[in-house]
Amino acid sequence: MLTTFLGLSIIALVLVIVFQIAKANELVASLKGEEVVINRNRINAMLFLLFLIFGMIGAVWSTFHYAPKFLPVPSSEHGVWLRNMFFWTLVATVPVFIVTHIALFIFTFQYKHDGTRSAYYFPGSNRLELIWTAIPAVVMILLVYEGMRSWYKITGPAPKEAMVVEATGQQFFWTLRYGGADNKTGKKSVKLINGDNALGLDWEDKDNHDDFIADELHLKVNQPVLVKISAIDVLHSFYLPHFRVKMDAVPGIPTQFWFTPTKTTKQMREELNNPNFNYELACAELCGQAHFNMRKVVVVEEEAEFNQWLAKQEPAYAKMKASSNATPDSGTTGNTQQN
Amino acid sequence: MATIESGTEIKINVHDHHDHEHDHHHEESFISKYIFSQDHKMISRQFLITGIFWSFVGVLFSVLFRLQLAWPDESFPILETLLGKWAAGGKLAPNFYYALVTMHGTIMVFFVLTAGLSGTFSNLLIPLQIGARDMASPFLNMLSYWFFFLSGFIMLVSLFISTGPADGGWTAYPPLNALPQASSGSQFGMTLWLLSMAMFVVSSLLGGLNYITTILNMRTEGMTMMRLPLTIWAFFFTAVLGVLSFPVLLSGAILLLFDRHLGTSFYLSDIYIGGQPLTNAAGELLQGGSPILFQHLFWFLGHPEVYIIILPAMGMVSHVLATNSRKPIFGYSAMVMSILAITVLAFLVWAHHMFVSGLNPFIGSIFVLFTLLIAVPSAIKVFNWIGTIWRGNINFTPDTLFAIGFVSLFISGGLTGIYLGNSALDIPLHDTYFVVAHFHIVMGLAGGFGLFVGVYHWFPKMFNGRQMNNTMGYIHFWVTFVGSYLIFWPMHYMGMTGVPRRYFQFSNFETFNVYGELNVFITIAALVVFFAQFIFLINFIYSALYGPKIKTLNPYLSNTLEWTTPIEPGHGNWPGAIPPVYRGPYEYGKNGTDFVPQHLPDNAIWPKEEKETKTELA
Ligand code: HEM
Ligand SMILES: [Cu+2]
Ligand SMILES: [Cu+2]
Repeated sequence: MLTTFLGLSIIALVLVIVFQIAKANELVASLKGEEVVINRNRINAMLFLLFLIFGMIGAVWSTFHYAPKFLPVPSSEHGVWLRNMFFWTLVATVPVFIVTHIALFIFTFQYKHDGTRSAYYFPGSNRLELIWTAIPAVVMILLVYEGMRSWYKITGPAPKEAMVVEATGQQFFWTLRYGGADNKTGKKSVKLINGDNALGLDWEDKDNHDDFIADELHLKVNQPVLVKISAIDVLHSFYLPHFRVKMDAVPGIPTQFWFTPTKTTKQMREELNNPNFNYELACAELCGQAHFNMRKVVVVEEEAEFNQWLAKQEPAYAKMKASSNATPDSGTTGNTQQN
Repeated sequence: MATIESGTEIKINVHDHHDHEHDHHHEESFISKYIFSQDHKMISRQFLITGIFWSFVGVLFSVLFRLQLAWPDESFPILETLLGKWAAGGKLAPNFYYALVTMHGTIMVFFVLTAGLSGTFSNLLIPLQIGARDMASPFLNMLSYWFFFLSGFIMLVSLFISTGPADGGWTAYPPLNALPQASSGSQFGMTLWLLSMAMFVVSSLLGGLNYITTILNMRTEGMTMMRLPLTIWAFFFTAVLGVLSFPVLLSGAILLLFDRHLGTSFYLSDIYIGGQPLTNAAGELLQGGSPILFQHLFWFLGHPEVYIIILPAMGMVSHVLATNSRKPIFGYSAMVMSILAITVLAFLVWAHHMFVSGLNPFIGSIFVLFTLLIAVPSAIKVFNWIGTIWRGNINFTPDTLFAIGFVSLFISGGLTGIYLGNSALDIPLHDTYFVVAHFHIVMGLAGGFGLFVGVYHWFPKMFNGRQMNNTMGYIHFWVTFVGSYLIFWPMHYMGMTGVPRRYFQFSNFETFNVYGELNVFITIAALVVFFAQFIFLINFIYSALYGPKIKTLNPYLSNTLEWTTPIEPGHGNWPGAIPPVYRGPYEYGKNGTDFVPQHLPDNAIWPKEEKETKTELA
């Protein structure tokens, strides 16, 4: 409390000093007239030049400084395409960034009013306008073309052999369901949700009988996976940063995303030299007060390890049966509309 | 040089004998002069002062939640003193963190950068620069301000209710913002948010229709459309954007109110919340609604809205750069055409905010095309600004500094839009700090700089000829310019690590929890920039009351009509006849004459060259 008070007093004091100096300074300026104006133009022009120089150095330095913290090379096939796209977009935009800024601040510096020169009357040039309309337009079209090639591949139909996993978002956790032996997730409805049946699976649909719910997202390396995404309360977004996967989870409207993981967790641990590394699943759409806490671990592994894990998973139906032997027959009625 | 002086002289002569008394002799009461004023200049001041009030509230909120992001484990007793139960033990509660974020966004986008920017300067400059005595309907204009005031008042009230203000983001997506069970801010706070927005829409419609009508019908003699200052073109298209898109937000908000209070399900389907399925009164499951519908309605306004913010700033920047470089704006008609192109395209890009919402990929690709195309007119504007200062004779008044800063920010923030606009690239970047960096630089900062350009430049016109203190202006500019880059530039890096926006803390994720020090750095920069704004505030208040008065009518030696009014223009602006207009607004340096005011005929400026000019024209 005391430090806050002290801090604020110091700030107030600084403001008062700035105010007093500025007032005196303006008074002097109004007496001296043009001379002060020219002097101020020189100072500000110089500051812009310094801003350009140190800004550019700072931008380059900080980029290299923070680059090691960026996401590593994507662990999915399409992630690599996106990385290339990002690179080409850099190629298109960084030169524009540099050239326009150099022009802006060099002109600012050079064409300050200093009493020695006057402005050059030049109201424009249609030829220049044409050039700087056409060039960006062509570059944009190329970027759109490049983007669309990846976009259609990414959003196109999933390969038939893709493993089906369903992710359901809910305040504030994800529930992961696997299609099981038939690789199909059966029907469900929010009307059927109860203590034994957290997702509201419809037990009349046989497709559900082999489905199991997992508390980590296990994936087989190099095996395409189709994630069916849904939510049962508010919007969420299924987000796997290392795989460059993001898709909203929308109540009432099933969405999906398919991708192919290419690096196992183990490989990543070696690559990053970090034995504790884990892939993570997060939520990327504000969903309420614990939005920042919807984490699940993602494990990518070789086929053999995956199968070992798979063997340990127990279908939700069997679990339900086991507990409903005590309290028979719960939740088998009602219309179903989602799968 | 001689001709300049004669130009000034002539102008003063034209008006001198009217100057001493305003033509309105009746006494105005305090209420009709300062409160329910119908004078566009007073309404403009009301918008500005209300906007400045809100800007300090909005920025203060961001400072508060930045404290949390920088020092998530620290406790700040001052927060408990200020916020009470929302910061028990000196730590922000997560839902109040989200409430602050939501209010920050809403306040800055709508109250500060829409009403405070476009409301202020459309009101001030439209009549003055086109040569009109007031708006087409001064009464509706007054209502426009008071609806804005009411809107702000409702929002203010929502800050103090027991369940807290809306906390579901400024975009107000349902179902989060439709279901009171989903979040405490989705209770009464959200109802007030929606009412406040409805009032705001009414305000901007009243304002916008007035601006359009005034510009189309009330230009002085000789003021053809292609002789309008670029400020006016910008305000015109801003109003067009607003009039066509705000009603869509209103309809979206009304449907949301229905879903919240009347049991409809426009946006709701298959929901299980609070331990039970969401049903209607008859006990049937609510089905068939689409949360994505709301996103379409919201962004159909939301995207044009960002141009509603930036166009007035662009207009004022163009105007100030030309005036203070003593050069014509480079490519006047290209500038007008690019505003037109932006306006048209602004209606065709909204779904770029929804690439990963489950939108049909084919539809997405159409929006990619239009989104990247909108970068073209944006680029044209940048090149033209740079062309304008090229070989100019630039005077670095504070408004010029902010205008140059604006161009830099617009370049930096506009270029990242090209990454986000490409749907495939948007998959990893959407809803990360990369987006936060993009829109703060291109809209937040650039829009704010536009506001400062306007205030510093037209201050003498707004406050009876008083001027602001330049030294304080310089300090304000440099701290703000450098500081804002330091705040937002590093956020790109966080985006490259995939750090999501709207996270209360990052420590739950190994992936995102790698920027501890950077977050401290950003918060410190934010604190410095925040306190630097008090330099502006002090300067603003002190100068409005005691600042030195300008000694000539036209302190910038500017061409446009607002500087032909008396130093303290009365209601009606010109004591005598409204001057007619003979030329475009940016004839600086033509035929070696420093400036050629719009209202002077050729023979008044170049008496000897009259014949030559005539033959040139013919
Ligand atoms: C060069 C042209 C521009 C392009 C191509 C562009 C593109 C985009 C895209 C694609 C997004 C969505 C990103 C995402 O959520 O994943 C976005 C967000 C945004 N842009 Fe731009 N933009 C451009 C210029 C502007 C301008 C001029 C403004 C404002 C003056 C602006 C303000 C915003 C805002 C406010 C958001 C974020 C809204 C939110 O999610 O809260 N953009 N931009
Ligand atoms: Cu979430
Ligand atoms: Cu947009």
